[in-house]
This record gives sequence, structure tokens and C-alpha cells, in this order.
Amino acid sequence: MAELTLVEAINDAFHVELERDPDVMVMGEDVGRAGGVFRATAGLRDRFGPDRCVDTPLAEAGILGSAVGLCMAGWRPVCEMQYDAFSYPCLDQLITHVGRYRWRTGGAMEFPLVVRMPYGGGVRAPELHDDSPEAYYVHTPGVKVAIPSTPADAKGLLAAAIRDPDPVVVLEPKLHYRTLRGEVPEGEHVVPLGEARTVREGTDVTLVAYGAMVPLAEAAADALDDEVSTEVLDIRTLKPLDEAALLAAAAKTGRVVIIQEAPRTAGYGAELAAILAEKAMLDLRAPVVRVTGYDVPYPYWQIEDAYMPSVERVVDAARRLLEF
Amino acid sequence: MAQVLPAERDLRRVIGDGEGVPDGEVEGLSEDDLLELHRRLVQLRTYDERSLVYHRQGRIGTYAIFWNHEAMQAGSVYALEREDWIFPSYRESAIGLLRGMPASTVLSWWRGHPTGWWNPADWNVASICVPIGTHVPHAAGLAWGKKLRGESACAVAYFGDGATSEGAFHEGANFAAVMRAPLILFCNNNQWAISTPLEAQTAAETLADKAVGYGIPGVRVDGADVLAVYEATREAVTRARAGDGPTFIEAVTYRAAPHATADDPSAYIDPARVEEEKERECLGRYEAYLRRLGLLSDEAAEAVRAEALERMREGIAQAEAEPAPDPALLFSHALASPPASFDQDLAELRRVLGG
Repeated sequence: MAELTLVEAINDAFHVELERDPDVMVMGEDVGRAGGVFRATAGLRDRFGPDRCVDTPLAEAGILGSAVGLCMAGWRPVCEMQYDAFSYPCLDQLITHVGRYRWRTGGAMEFPLVVRMPYGGGVRAPELHDDSPEAYYVHTPGVKVAIPSTPADAKGLLAAAIRDPDPVVVLEPKLHYRTLRGEVPEGEHVVPLGEARTVREGTDVTLVAYGAMVPLAEAAADALDDEVSTEVLDIRTLKPLDEAALLAAAAKTGRVVIIQEAPRTAGYGAELAAILAEKAMLDLRAPVVRVTGYDVPYPYWQIEDAYMPSVERVVDAARRLLEF
Repeated sequence: MAQVLPAERDLRRVIGDGEGVPDGEVEGLSEDDLLELHRRLVQLRTYDERSLVYHRQGRIGTYAIFWNHEAMQAGSVYALEREDWIFPSYRESAIGLLRGMPASTVLSWWRGHPTGWWNPADWNVASICVPIGTHVPHAAGLAWGKKLRGESACAVAYFGDGATSEGAFHEGANFAAVMRAPLILFCNNNQWAISTPLEAQTAAETLADKAVGYGIPGVRVDGADVLAVYEATREAVTRARAGDGPTFIEAVTYRAAPHATADDPSAYIDPARVEEEKERECLGRYEAYLRRLGLLSDEAAEAVRAEALERMREGIAQAEAEPAPDPALLFSHALASPPASFDQDLAELRRVLGG
């Protein structure tokens, strides 16, 4: 076990996976010479050569579109989108081709590509460096979506994504790239897609979160410690969802707060709430509530703290459920 | 400093007009080659004409007509090896026939039946791209990926004049040029994007001029001259295999048919200009050329036509004999490792359908 930051764990995953499989290649803007603007791909170009860690033109749709062709030539490309909101041009390729091509070939051809990007706010950055776009990706048939919240999961989920035969989008909480450290298994480490993680066990209220909202949920659970026993569930893979884990965590307490950084309407939290409405009604003692960003553009950073879900808002939501 | 190559603006032609303009010839093409090209043109023409009939009979759905585009498809594919990859748009839906794909497969595609799926690796023909130009980066990626593997295969991406306005075309062309990928960017400039004429599409004097901006050669050929198309593509393939990167080919023709069966061009097109184009359509011109060379008799032409018709009769019979697809196919191929919810969804659907 090594103690690594979240972004170091991602870098570690790359070194292990590119060494393990000569068909894996990394491509994106500034990923080669610079090693990525967050250094997630540092050292790969020197170690594996410029053909397996490729500095591309600035063209997000071109990156993902050429990755489709690279898959057809037998490669397993991992595409970096430099920032969450800079990924939007690649949605065209993702929706019209990446999620459909396997289906279009009657399952004959596989497209084992990965799209990964730093996502989320709280980093005092300019506009469009702060978005939480996971709902766009989750809503696209034919692709899987994972969001790690710890260094170990960042390594393990990326490794799983790289090895998966289907396209996988991995969003990485950039807020915690360097602020979160943790034990990370050395060498090959895979966290299977589709398995949620129980962060802490509790009996009174369940906080459901993913990515950067998991440490927030833990802080809220700490703040509630004197009052109640709080369960925290890290979804980890948004699609395919570990529905059994969600339903079990809800049944345990009967009170569920869903935390989501993205704007509220039709966000991923709405899907979780809908599943609970369909399948957990008899286990619930109170309405399911969401603590989310608002239905506004992500704000200028001097007021971003008011936009982001906070410990206070989560604690308030939990108390409302307990008083219901 | 890399050399900036000016685009060739003159339309290349090989076939004369039987009057003032003399016939040329393409070095290296035997009489057998010339007749095989004819057979392929007829195959595509027959496919297209029969498909229009099948559509009117309600036997296939909406269909994108490619009448008078056959020379661009047959001529360019003839310059390829079997290992080379073809990335068609919907205008080239039947281009797989040139690789031996059954007509029933393409007809099934237009019938909206899952047997219209094919494995691109079986024919080195990618799936038909329906949105405009978004397959250009795929072709760039495949060509680049083959090059990275040390293989000699190249790729051809087919698209229309309208596609050159799309970002995906630009990104794919630029990617391929930067990576020196063995790619041929084949633009069938039929001067109309549904109802939008070329002058509303671009302010460039020619589409081939766009190549200059990517640092690659751009050539213009008469798109209704199968031999000129073949020759230009052969040169582009040679460049690609030599490691010299992509070539942009602008094949110029005129759309003499509706965009698709759902389109009525009388609202926007000049019928006199269409009639003029029909006079110089690609198959008739090539047959006249072969007759001037003494290579094509009425009997031989009739035999080729009969063979093509038979292939279509077999194709539509086979496509129509396919049983209705099972609803399970909804879930079968979207993911290699489908989620448990697919099984639940299918079970629920079967229960409701009573199947």
C-alpha cells in the first residue's frame, strides 16, 4: 500500500495499465509533453512513447471521434477531456456514435474506449471549469459512467474502465485531486463497475452521494454524530447502478438524503429518487429529499460556496427527515 | 517549411464526349478492368433504381437516392485493396455491394430490420453514417490506428458538399493531416444539401481549396467520369501508403434526383438543369466510352444488367423472408456486459405483450 493523492492514484493506474496491455493508449490535449494540466498522465510519454500518449489537436469531438476509429483498428484509447465543461463538444460523438456503434454492428464490434475528465466546482476557477455534467453521460444509452471519491477507487475504477469491453466515462473530482490522500494498492488494482461502497454504517438516516459529495456526506455525518446514527453510501458507478445497495441502504434507515452537486432538475439524484419511489416505498419513513446545486449556470467563484451543497444544507435536510 | 500545395482547380476528365473532346485512357487498366468497372456501375445503378421502386411499393422505408453518384463510388473503390476501409455516408449505402456484401443486407437496413446490421470487419466497410460528416473522424482514427500498428491499410471517408460545413469534417481532416494518417477524404459535391445550394454552404471558390488549410493536396475531378475518379483515388492511395498523409478529392457532379424519397426538389431546383445533367449521367457516358473503344455490345450490356437485376430480385426476396425481429433484440447488442435491468425490462415487456 502506498499513500497517494487522488490524481497520483490515477497516474499510477495509467502506468500499470499501459504496461499491462500494449493496446491501451492515452490521448488528449496536453496529455503528453505536459503530462496533463493536472499531471494525471505525467511520465507516460517518456515511458511508453509519443504514439501511446498522444498530444492531440484541440478538438474534443475529433478526439472522441478518432478514438472510435482507433477502436476499429484494435486500440483501447483513453481520452482525456481537459475540463468537465470542455467535454460538451464530444457529446456529439458520444451520443451519435460511441453509445450506438456496438449495437449498430449487431454486437460484432467492441468499442473499449474510456473518456475521463476532471469535474466539479469549489476550486475558485473561471467559468466553465466547474460543471458536473454526469447526467448527460448517464442519459446516453450504451455507455457506462463511474465517479470515484477516494484515491484507491480512482485507480481501481479507471483500471476497470480501461479493461471494460464497453465505452466508459469516468468523472474525477478535481476538488480532491490533491487534497485527498489515501492508501492505494500497488500494482494491478481493479474496482469492479456496478458496485457501490458503504462508507459508514448507520441506522437513522442514509446519505447517498458520489464523487466530491462523498467527503461532504462524511463531514455531515460527523456533524450529526451527537444526534443520530448516519449511513453513507458512495454510489461509485452511476451506470450500471448498484440498485441492491441503494435499496438496502434506504431500507436500513427509512430516511434518505441524496446529495448531488449538479443542477437539480433531471439530475442523477432524480433517478435515484425515482428508483426509491418505485421500489422502496414500504421501507421509507419520510420523503426522499435532495440536496443539489441550483438550476442556474455554475456561478462566479466568489459565490460558489452558496451554490455548492454544504454540510449545513445536508444536516438541515437530515434533521427535517428525522422530524417528519 | 512544409510546402503549401495549391489545390487543383481544373476538373480532371478522362472520358471524352464523342465529339470535340477526345477520350483519354488510364494507364494500367486492362480491358477486363474496364468491363469490371462497368459491371460495378450497373450493379449500383440497378440497386438504386430498384430501391426507388421498392420504396414506392412500400417494401423499403425512406431511401436516399444515389442516381448519378455511382461513378464516384465504383471508381474510388476500384482503386482500393480489400484491406482498405470504406466509411460510407447514407449516400453510399450500397457501397458494400462492391465488396460482395449481399444486397439483402443493405435492403434490410433500409427496411429497418436488424439483419441490416453487419460486422464492419467482415467487409472493411464501416456502418452507414446517418448524421452528416461525423464519421470523418472515425476514418481518420482508423487510418491513424492502422499506421500506428505498422499496417499498410488506408481508409476512405465519403461525404457530401454540405458535410464540409460541419465541425466533424474539419476536426477529422485536421486530425488525419496532423497524424499523417493514410486517409482519402472523398467529397461527392453534388451541389445540393437537400435544398441548400453550394453557394449557401461555402464562400470558398472550390471545396478542394479547403485542403490547403490542412496542408494536404486537394484535387477536383468530374464525378460523373468513373475513370477520372479511379485515377485520382489511385494517386491518393499511393500517397497514403507512402506515408504522405491524406488527400482531399472533390468529385463534382449534380444531384439529378431528390435528396431522398421524402424530398420534393421541385420547390427549389431548376428542372432544366436536372434534365441537362441526366443527359451526361455517369453510366451512359461510360457505356458510350466503352462502345467507342469497341468493348461493349448491346448483348454484353444486357447480360450485365440482367445479372444485376437478378442480384436485386434475390436480395429483396431474402430481405422480405426475414422473420419479424424478436423484442429481445432491443437489449441484445447495446452493451457487451448488459445490466440486470435489461433482463427485468424484457421480462416485463414479454408479460405485457403476452409473448
